[in-house]
Amino acid sequence: MPFMPVKFNLQKRVKLAQGLWMIYWLSVIVGILIFSLGLFFKVELRKRSEMMDNNESHLVPNLLILVGLLAGGVSAFGGKVCHDSLDPVKFAKWKPMLKPYLLLCCGFNVLMLFTALLCFLMQFAVYLTLAEGLKNSIKFYKDTDTPGRCFMKRTLDMTQIEFRCCGNNNFRDWFEVQWISNRYLDMSNDLVKDRVLSNVEGKYLMDSVPFSCCNPGSPRPCIQHHLTNNTAHYDYDHRIEELNIWSRGCREALFAYFSSMMNSIGASSSSPSCWR
Amino acid sequence: MVVMKMKFPFQKRVKLAQGLWFLSWCATVAGAITFTLGCILKTELRRRAEVMDNSDVHVVPNTLMIVGLASLGINIFASKICQDALDAERFPRWKNMLKPYFAVSCFFTVLMLLAVIMSCAMKGSLESSLKVGLKNGIRFYKDTDTPGRCFQKQNIDRLQMEFQCCGNNDFRDWFEVQWISNRYLDFSSKEVKDRIKSNVDGRYLLDGVPFSCCNPSSPRPCIQYQLTNNSAHFNYEYQTEELNLYLRGCREALVSYFMGLMNTIGAGVLSVFLLQGSVLVSLRFLQTAMEAVAGNENTEIETEGYLLEKSVKDTVMEFIEPVMQFFLFKNQVGEGSSEAQADP
Repeated sequence: MPFMPVKFNLQKRVKLAQGLWMIYWLSVIVGILIFSLGLFFKVELRKRSEMMDNNESHLVPNLLILVGLLAGGVSAFGGKVCHDSLDPVKFAKWKPMLKPYLLLCCGFNVLMLFTALLCFLMQFAVYLTLAEGLKNSIKFYKDTDTPGRCFMKRTLDMTQIEFRCCGNNNFRDWFEVQWISNRYLDMSNDLVKDRVLSNVEGKYLMDSVPFSCCNPGSPRPCIQHHLTNNTAHYDYDHRIEELNIWSRGCREALFAYFSSMMNSIGASSSSPSCWR
Repeated sequence: MVVMKMKFPFQKRVKLAQGLWFLSWCATVAGAITFTLGCILKTELRRRAEVMDNSDVHVVPNTLMIVGLASLGINIFASKICQDALDAERFPRWKNMLKPYFAVSCFFTVLMLLAVIMSCAMKGSLESSLKVGLKNGIRFYKDTDTPGRCFQKQNIDRLQMEFQCCGNNDFRDWFEVQWISNRYLDFSSKEVKDRIKSNVDGRYLLDGVPFSCCNPSSPRPCIQYQLTNNSAHFNYEYQTEELNLYLRGCREALVSYFMGLMNTIGAGVLSVFLLQGSVLVSLRFLQTAMEAVAGNENTEIETEGYLLEKSVKDTVMEFIEPVMQFFLFKNQVGEGSSEAQADP
């Protein structure tokens, strides 16, 4: 017993074929769009991969690129079939291929919906990767002479300036690591020796942050050092000072950026699969 | 003496009209692009308006926008004319409009060329405007409580970070101004009082720079203060230190940025100018060829097309004469009436 039979006279068949041909060519354009969105996402992930310890998963952008290419190919094939459908001679050669083609289309639609779902779900993984990666970045900030980590300082400085953030959770993360390399510390100085000895692990810790945490919107010149010492600076109270350095953590800033990107890509790739 | 006479058989006329129609639509798009480029340049100049003293350089994007819009109109007109050109009945209605149309088009095409020349020639004006603007910007850096200058600090900081530059000529410009506001100086401290007294104008000067001059590529944490004092920092020599701060001055950075932008735009507009010129020349040939056909029963005869009926000098005089007569006539009336008043 046929499922959902519908009567088609010649005029209706012609209109159907024309409409389908248009939809297939629109699908090709949408496929190209999804491909470029996947490419853009991949490039963005690579740009920030140092912040994520090079551990980030490229599953979502790779899947998007694959889906975009497949969408283009499948839709172009469908468009060609529609174009030939009203000519019985040309249509006869496509007849044997149609059943497997329709099955392929259904499978492909499922894949597209799955990719869109992944876009929304993988954000949690991105969050965890960022947390771990930023912690390590801050730890290796001072290692500008270690091969493989020479540019960590520059990358982290540029990230903090670009995303207007400081540290992992907030600026206090900088108080817990030694971010000034031993090469630039005068070990014969009493102050330095005291600070290093007062610490269990022998690290030179201080209540200061790098210059990239400074907020240009502050009315006063940036206070980077002795942040928790009110007497070290004139007319300064660290509990109420808000504009001096960025108060947002970089994990939150980077996550907000990536999650908005993934949400919009997921939304834009789920809608075409509905009207296919 | 006719300028550039050419023979036009019927087929050649048809091809000319078709080619011109396509060319005029390309030129329309090019005119729209010129307008867009003018808008882009103006937006970029307005973004940095706080560090520019005068807006003389804005004449370039303004001219580009005017020329772009005019070119749109000229080319749409041209496509309409050439559509009607091969039809002997419709072409005569354009007859009266063509002379002023060509005059206006030539004027705007020449203006386009002027815009291109200006975009290369404005470097000196831009540089002097930036010199004064940046000097003031650095002077008013500390005035974050003065209305009208509240955002000077933020603008200069963002500018220095974005263009990777420091100061006007170089970082030493910051040594000559007081960039820390008196609100944040402890006047009871001996050090502050000494420094102010040591200066004729009573300013708090120091050999330090704002944080926005710091270069993130430096392997060591940024040294902002006591820059000329080698003993203040461990393993530091300011004469050989290169990566600590940005060495380039902001004036040089901004001039090279804007000149690069204007040169690129100038090159694009030059090609639009050549396209526009070829449209006008082709249209003139088509017009003169079709005018010779008018009145003939057989529209497929071979005709001659030319650029100018008389020599260049004569044509220019022909255009200027009515304008001169208008002004001379006014003078004559003035003289006549003053004579009449003089006679009793």
